Amino acid sequence: MTQRLTGIAASPGIAVARAVVLNREEYVPARTTVERPEQETARLHEAIGQARAEIERIRDATEQKLGAEKAAIFEGHLLILEDPDLIETTESRIREEAVNAEYALHETAQTFVEALTALEDETLRERAADVRDVSGRIIGILRGAPRRDLSQLDEECIVVAADLTPSDTAGLNLDAVRGFVTEVGSRTSHSAIMARSLDIPAIVGAGPGIRAVADGALVAMDAVEGVLLIDPSPEELAAYTDKKAAYERRQRELRAWAQRPSASADGRRVELAANIGKLEDVQKALDNGAEAIGLFRTEFLYMGRDRLPTEEEQFQSYKYVLEKLAGKPVVIRTLDIGGDKELPYLGLPQESNPFLGRRALRFCLSRPDVFRPQLRALLRASRYGNLKIMFPMVAVLEELTEAKRILEEEKQALVASGEEVADRIEVGMMIEIPSAAVSADLFASEADFFSVGTNDLIQYTMAADRMNETVSYLYQPYHPSVLRLIRHVIDAAHAAGKWVGVCGEMAGDLTAIPLLLGLGLDEFSMSAGSILPARERIGSLNYGEWQALSREALNLRGSGDVQAFVQDRLEGRRDI
Amino acid sequence: MITQSFTVANPAGFHVRPIKSFVQAAAAFPCKVSVSCKGKTVNGKSSLSMLTLGIAAQDEVTLEIDGEREEEAMKTLGELLVKIHE
Repeated sequence: MTQRLTGIAASPGIAVARAVVLNREEYVPARTTVERPEQETARLHEAIGQARAEIERIRDATEQKLGAEKAAIFEGHLLILEDPDLIETTESRIREEAVNAEYALHETAQTFVEALTALEDETLRERAADVRDVSGRIIGILRGAPRRDLSQLDEECIVVAADLTPSDTAGLNLDAVRGFVTEVGSRTSHSAIMARSLDIPAIVGAGPGIRAVADGALVAMDAVEGVLLIDPSPEELAAYTDKKAAYERRQRELRAWAQRPSASADGRRVELAANIGKLEDVQKALDNGAEAIGLFRTEFLYMGRDRLPTEEEQFQSYKYVLEKLAGKPVVIRTLDIGGDKELPYLGLPQESNPFLGRRALRFCLSRPDVFRPQLRALLRASRYGNLKIMFPMVAVLEELTEAKRILEEEKQALVASGEEVADRIEVGMMIEIPSAAVSADLFASEADFFSVGTNDLIQYTMAADRMNETVSYLYQPYHPSVLRLIRHVIDAAHAAGKWVGVCGEMAGDLTAIPLLLGLGLDEFSMSAGSILPARERIGSLNYGEWQALSREALNLRGSGDVQAFVQDRLEGRRDI
Repeated sequence: MITQSFTVANPAGFHVRPIKSFVQAAAAFPCKVSVSCKGKTVNGKSSLSMLTLGIAAQDEVTLEIDGEREEEAMKTLGELLVKIHE
């Protein structure tokens, strides 16, 4: 009978192979009294020396295979080997209690493991795995029982273990290992991160159910969905084999798009950008072929804390992203707080209708103590890359001109104080409010660019709260009313020689993309994972044809008709 | 002996890499470095002990430095605490 388990899909992929089950008992050294503690100390140092040589080997191999960044984990392990609190405490335990080195080291390491495991921060908690990995290695050497070397696995297999240490994972022989499954762990475990960089399927946190896997049993894993089948039936096996082939073919197709330009089949160039909400997202954006950051939400700097971020802290974050993008455009949106995003420490009054209340730029204009430091931080960071500043929730022209006036004032003050600021910084605005969309021509003279925030634009156009499920049917991105607003914004901007992006969900929506391309959109900004499918879609479209089709779609009766119209043409059911 | 407090600016808190830089810098000084955060004090030359402080963004961290070149150490280590790390 097939057994089915679920876990966390930590690194996507599909694999079918025999299981190699790693010994899951943790070795706890017994306490023995020794007569000559100094001999134990010498043994300890000898073992540490050998462990150092092993870790250096793993580090070098990892660096070759995956680059210096991934090898840094093992730099961390070398640091643990030298940690004065770990080593000196172990030495004094050996001396004072006259005990064996294995026991003394295990006890000392355990105090760190416990202290780390008790922390709230998940990333720090995961460091307990490093301590176990390093101390386990030394203890293994001391007792003459080195760990199973996973680089020696040479038959096609899926590794099944309670947990994998970082060095286990880095050492996996990728010619043989098709994937791994662990009982514990999270998406941020070292082994999970390592699996993603090694590009092998991994399921972590599959629970104690995996103890039922016998060494050599046939297993099928779907690390896209996080499903593990133990002893699958022939039918299941065939299904997984097909699924694996289809998945891998699709991945190869998509990956090819990372290196290609974003252009339609008939050569219309557009920009595919990423939306990011925290510094960790930047690398993922670049890995997925982002040509720019089209929306950097700055709220993360303000949320989950008890006071405002300092100007310096903001400056450092903006500088980091600008440098990381190395000259590619970075659109940073000023604070968009209010609505569904609250900051308790500002003590703002409750509003009965927060989405229509004093949010985003409305709030910032009323609070120079919040707004000006952010603008200064942006201006100071401007010289580190290609910065574009964007104001959210502009309803009337005066809001934009006032925000620009304050920005200019801060710029002059900084320049006067000798600070270096980029000469030319594009300043644009979000189009989320219908008033701004219908009178985009009025704003086009004052804004260097527009970025349409479709999520809010749809909610305000339909007067339907997007948090309210009873009216969620009105969230209709393809409705001609929404598309007409977008067309108007694009036409008005182009007439004034400005560019337009979309940074809402719609930009990465494969059905909306043909319409947006046809309407002449210049920039599509989306979550990193959507970029490659979007680039593929754009590459398959003929801009000239969709120019006409998108205008035709605008005259259909409703959202459903537009969706069917696009689908029919994409699938060739109707002549273009 | 000198004491000074700093607010950690790194948005991701003070994790492995910042701690590594800090500990390596601290080890280069002959003086004793104690680091306190949220009521706990540890040896600033031990990365493991520093990790157990669980320092998060905006936490206040106090350095107590005692011995030779303490002023110089305070300057160097204080800068590392407020810096944004990769």
